[in-house]
Amino acid sequence: MTPTLSVRNLRVEIPTRHGALTAIDDLSFDIAPGEVLGVVGESGAGKSITGSAIIGLLDPPGRVAGGEILLGSQRIDNLSPAAMRGIRGNRIGMIFQDPLTSLNPLYRIGDQLTETILTHERLSPKAAADKAERLLIEVGIPAAGARLSSYPHQFSGGMRQRVVIALALAADPELIIADEPTTALDVSVQAQIIALLKRLCRDRGTSVMLITHDMGVIAETADRVCVLYAGRLAEIGAVRNVVKHPQHPYTRGLMAAIPSLIGDPDEKLEQIPGSMPRLGAIPDGCAFNPRCTFRFDRCPAERPGIYETSASRASCFLLDPTGKPPPAETAARAVAAGIEVRAVPAGASL
Amino acid sequence: MFAFAIRRLIQAAGVMLVVALISFLMFRFVGDPVNQLVGVDTTPEQRAQLREDLGLNDPVYVQFARFVGKAARFDFGISYQIKQPVAQLIASRLPATLELSFVSAIFALLVGLPMGVYTGLYRDTLLSRLFLAISLVGISLPTFLIGILLIFIFSVNLGWLPSFGRGETVSIGGFWTTGLLTRSGLVSLILPAITLGLFQMTLIMRLVRGEMLEVLRTDYIKFARARGLSRRAINFGHALKNTLVPVITITGLQIGSIIAFSIITETVFQWPGMGLLFLQAVQNVDIPIMAAYLLLIAFLFTLINFIVDLLYVAVDPRIRLGGTAG
Repeated sequence: MTPTLSVRNLRVEIPTRHGALTAIDDLSFDIAPGEVLGVVGESGAGKSITGSAIIGLLDPPGRVAGGEILLGSQRIDNLSPAAMRGIRGNRIGMIFQDPLTSLNPLYRIGDQLTETILTHERLSPKAAADKAERLLIEVGIPAAGARLSSYPHQFSGGMRQRVVIALALAADPELIIADEPTTALDVSVQAQIIALLKRLCRDRGTSVMLITHDMGVIAETADRVCVLYAGRLAEIGAVRNVVKHPQHPYTRGLMAAIPSLIGDPDEKLEQIPGSMPRLGAIPDGCAFNPRCTFRFDRCPAERPGIYETSASRASCFLLDPTGKPPPAETAARAVAAGIEVRAVPAGASL
Repeated sequence: MFAFAIRRLIQAAGVMLVVALISFLMFRFVGDPVNQLVGVDTTPEQRAQLREDLGLNDPVYVQFARFVGKAARFDFGISYQIKQPVAQLIASRLPATLELSFVSAIFALLVGLPMGVYTGLYRDTLLSRLFLAISLVGISLPTFLIGILLIFIFSVNLGWLPSFGRGETVSIGGFWTTGLLTRSGLVSLILPAITLGLFQMTLIMRLVRGEMLEVLRTDYIKFARARGLSRRAINFGHALKNTLVPVITITGLQIGSIIAFSIITETVFQWPGMGLLFLQAVQNVDIPIMAAYLLLIAFLFTLINFIVDLLYVAVDPRIRLGGTAG
């Protein structure tokens, strides 16, 4: 089956006075129809830039410098601005982080909805208004008909995010890119919004790219998860596998850093030493190598590829069946940490 | 909405009372009006009689109440110098100033707004840079210099446009003379209107540009793009409307200052408006005219501010609903 979205070797550059910074480097992933793909990573890992690149709204001077983005079977990264406008909102919907600022304060909710619907569909104003009301009912806004003539400031944050979701779904897109849709919301409202988004997309068969740094949201919502580090793919795989059996040392560190209700409350949480490099100072070889506890001589020297394991696909030399293997001691520690080490050191038996 | 208008009206009345007090105080502190009215050979008895007639011996608050009461009926007394009722003098000069002011305000808006939108949308094009360079000239050159330069170029060198006066005027209903209906009147209006409006035009242009740049960065514009709306809908529907509140404020205030400070332009172009009248009044210490001018300008400012307040409400629903925002 053709994936809804297919990103192939995407490269996003931001030209600066000191040369181009590579914000996204050789990133590939697919989203199947009806699938929810979670995209996680630290701030600055390139999650939002990936979303903006897909919908064609990179902030200048950022630009797609290589690779391709396919929506269904159509390539969309090289479309004209006018053709891309026909895709945005129509075939790809987007939800932003802050519902308080996503809506134009000077227009009624109903006007913003019908405007979006009429931009993409040939409907009479009456039919568009009816559809707007149906959408508000679908996203769970009480007294939807009356609220059409309300202004954004008359809604609470959670209600506004519901309106934003209605706007993103207005033209029945194939894909929704939700960029941290719950970060700005109350914890109690977060769960409602996530449940709503999940239900609506399942009912409509809409694919979702869910950008967040909240592993809890990912674990609850996503089918697969894609972990980014410094603009590169660290690991991608089914949520259960990535959460339970992370194969990339970075993913492992992320999962180990999540506090758990089960277990000894006095036990110290693991943390990854150091911080993610700035775009201008990404180290040679594997971007994660200076912080990695399993580093060996190959890591700073070469860029790792993406290697298949039984749990997921990850970009780490430990998983590379060919090439120079790590020292026996490192390999043993990695195996003990649950990583499927493929690069077996000579003479070691694991 | 109605309560809002009433509240604003009461505030405006308060402002007018304060201004009335200030212009009333001019009579008391800028020389003795009796000395202004009489010659050197007037006897002390006649002076005392005149003082009594003018009510200058009454308590201050009675005089002030009388002043406000008369001013409310547009009775500002007799000009010391010209010996005609001030109201009549001003009424005969008002149309010239108002026409000049409104034409330059419209010029400033019609040119400044599109230029601001353009330079906000296309920041780095050659035309934008040209507009910005022009605006720098408009904002930094003093009005009288612009007027003189325009006269030098278009009247003296090219001979296209008249350099002074209002041209032929037509009387409407006996109380309003207009230059807008005759060819020579219209032609005479061009240079003064540009001179007076240039500063406001550049101000509006720079303001709209700054606001546009600000608004175009907001999330709701990004979201509007993500919804696939057309460029026109985004730029003019969503972005421009959000820039309007500050633009209306500044434009409103500027209309007030255009009227109040048309003095310089009227002098350069010998425009027979209130500015010239006021200037002569200052030279002659003609306090009734100065007081009336002060009150009139204050009245125009409060009126414009009142209209501006109502316009806010029309543009921004958050103001309309006041405290009910959640």
